[in-house]
Amino acid sequence: MSYTKRILHVDLETGKTEIEPLKEEMAKKYIGGIGLGMRLFLDNSKPGVDPFNPKNPIIFATGPLSGTMAPSAGNGYAVVSKSPLTGIIAESKAHGFFGAELKRAGYDAVIFTGKSEKLVYAWIDDDSVQLMDAQHLKGKSPHDTEKAIREELGDFYIRVSAIGEAGEKLVRIASIINDEFRAIGRTGMGAVMGSKNLKAVAVRGTNDVNVANPEEFTEFIRIIHERMKGPATRKYRTLGTPENVLVLNAIAALPTRNFTQATFEGAEKVSGEYLNERYIKKIIGCATCGMRCDHIGVVPEGPYKGATARVEFECLWALGPNTGVDRLDAIIEAIYQCDYYGMDGISAGVIVSFAMDCYENGILTKKDTEGLDLRFGNAEALVETIKRMGSRKGWLGDVLAEGSMRAAEKIGKGAVKYANHIKGLELPGYELRTLKTAALGFSVSFRGACHLRSGAYSPDVKGKVDRFKIEKGRGKIVMDGEDVYNVVDSLILCKFSRGVFYEGLNEMAKYYTLATGIEMTAEELGKAGERINNLARVINIREGKGTREYDTLPPKIMSVPVPDEGVAKGAYVNQKEFDIGLDDYYEVRGWTKQGIPTVEKLKELGMSDLVPIVKKKIGSQTPKKKRKGGK
Amino acid sequence: MASIHEKKFVSGDPAKCVGCCVCEYACSMEQEKTYNPTKSRIRAVRLNPFVNLAVACRLCEEAPCVAACPRDALEQSQQTGIIIIDEDKCNGCGWCIEACDYGAIQLHPETKKVFVCNLCDGEPKCVEWCPEEALEFTTKDLLAQKARIAIVKKLFQEALKAPT
Repeated sequence: MSYTKRILHVDLETGKTEIEPLKEEMAKKYIGGIGLGMRLFLDNSKPGVDPFNPKNPIIFATGPLSGTMAPSAGNGYAVVSKSPLTGIIAESKAHGFFGAELKRAGYDAVIFTGKSEKLVYAWIDDDSVQLMDAQHLKGKSPHDTEKAIREELGDFYIRVSAIGEAGEKLVRIASIINDEFRAIGRTGMGAVMGSKNLKAVAVRGTNDVNVANPEEFTEFIRIIHERMKGPATRKYRTLGTPENVLVLNAIAALPTRNFTQATFEGAEKVSGEYLNERYIKKIIGCATCGMRCDHIGVVPEGPYKGATARVEFECLWALGPNTGVDRLDAIIEAIYQCDYYGMDGISAGVIVSFAMDCYENGILTKKDTEGLDLRFGNAEALVETIKRMGSRKGWLGDVLAEGSMRAAEKIGKGAVKYANHIKGLELPGYELRTLKTAALGFSVSFRGACHLRSGAYSPDVKGKVDRFKIEKGRGKIVMDGEDVYNVVDSLILCKFSRGVFYEGLNEMAKYYTLATGIEMTAEELGKAGERINNLARVINIREGKGTREYDTLPPKIMSVPVPDEGVAKGAYVNQKEFDIGLDDYYEVRGWTKQGIPTVEKLKELGMSDLVPIVKKKIGSQTPKKKRKGGK
Repeated sequence: MASIHEKKFVSGDPAKCVGCCVCEYACSMEQEKTYNPTKSRIRAVRLNPFVNLAVACRLCEEAPCVAACPRDALEQSQQTGIIIIDEDKCNGCGWCIEACDYGAIQLHPETKKVFVCNLCDGEPKCVEWCPEEALEFTTKDLLAQKARIAIVKKLFQEALKAPT
């Protein structure tokens, strides 16, 4: 069976470790990855813990398929904690090679608590776990840290997940990076590591990973491999996600200059087509994957010659169109700098574009920027701002390192109007004024603004719904998307491979059973997805931020009409339709009007132990509202 | 003697290899009935994103691993070129590992005897599974042929384009 049934606890203060068994019931209910990680977070943290408090646990979780030959799933891991950016539940996943190694070392999850006195890295060598001095690695990039650790431990095949200077300096959008290009990007997990003086996790795993039914498992992955060569993954193997640039631009859904316009006149120059022709040097793959999607871009000439980065749509968009920059050389350099300091490229780009918007509108001056001409489209200013943010250099770097929500508060003067975040997490690259199912989906996402929590942009972009309005029915679209994505992120299937499961949850359930030997039906797995969403929501309620008033959209999305000529002109999300969407979503979820999971719902999902958390909240809210009949 | 056409081995193409390690998983499952790259007879190396290659036994003529073994535990098959290991004689001393320029013969993490590619009875699973078709089950003669054809094509690309 492909679970190791072992959870490792590491106390960074004392260096003490402990193994806790993973019970089969827990495994089946929460699967692994984000599901298991979030449940362990709830069980191992106290309400209201500050994200930078040593008592805030940071959890590295593998999935039931990690370490197996499952293409795209054999290599994943998830990190879960409380986010210093949002103050609510945080989760992020990465692929590459690290996740498989952690599984082979013998762990379904590793829970780090406490804070080391000095900068250390955790060296997990199968059963042996040591905290190693990392003071000589201070300030090094994640990739340089990885190389140095492999060198000093003397094994080329050691895998490392590390933070850079941004994480050490508690930049709230700091990422954790493994295998050079793969990032635990969103929600600032790198800063939590930094707050614990944990520079890296280095792993060597030499144990076998076995599946319950090797023959059928092999036959199943043979089918998946074949499908990976087909239409379901075409985009990722050819132009890659940057194909989105022209697709979204054509339908006025490409946010430009900090969500000012919905189309970018420089789109051609930053398109997937242009990128692949001139910059992509090789497309490589993660462990066990038959798809290969990693488009590695290299700048061939000019001031940023030699800059190398994995280029995906989101970072390209955030650092390109959204800052008004139409130069791919500068965009690749900016992505490289994000990787170097260890920062989320999406948040970084959206924060720079926020600062540019403030500058253009006179809220930030040249004095504030220390001479930097922070106009939209200024590529040099983009790169410089990223560097300042990554090292908290100067007033501007230090303020922006706090994330757009806190930066806007600190800057004042109405800067909040230009801050594009939900629950503190910066928006990804979809124009929510013209993709309104996405608007609803992003607003209710439990980790803040996110395209990967429901994929709710998809029906909008594909024309399956009227994307210019929110109406009844969208709640179910969002919910169904969320529940499947929760399963995907708990099995830790790469989302790029989601299309190869032609029979959706049926095949995912089969995959699970063949690997673990635990019987699982599609219905049960779907229920697990729902359970995980409710779990996350309850955690946010416990932290005081899980109710309706936190499911919001940024001011620009709700008050500034799209100015671009064409189909989208005048579009924005109005309060009335947004309320219809929220009501609809809460109703299909079986939650109260305030967005709180009901006692009945939690019982139905087998989480009776969470009832006290919601009861407290429902009790404090309902009496003031109009009473329903019979109560 | 036509043996140069017969001794087939697994050869990796660095231009195609993406470093995904699928070969390692396929090998360990076929040979050891588990997923464990440390028990794979082929190992992938990624030096940087652009330099990837999987390496397995190349069936050297007069194999130095065989010559290096002080206990006569290794023998090379005349017919196939495969290195056959007598596990009763092998004591894991590692002279053969030092003698191999390719890191193709390794010490098994559990048995503590050396192990090396055995070509899966003539149907190497790594070649079958490689998603990039970067692995080829081929002979040295065929590799040379391929290289010659490629270079002649390159030299005469203009002539090849022109209609005759």
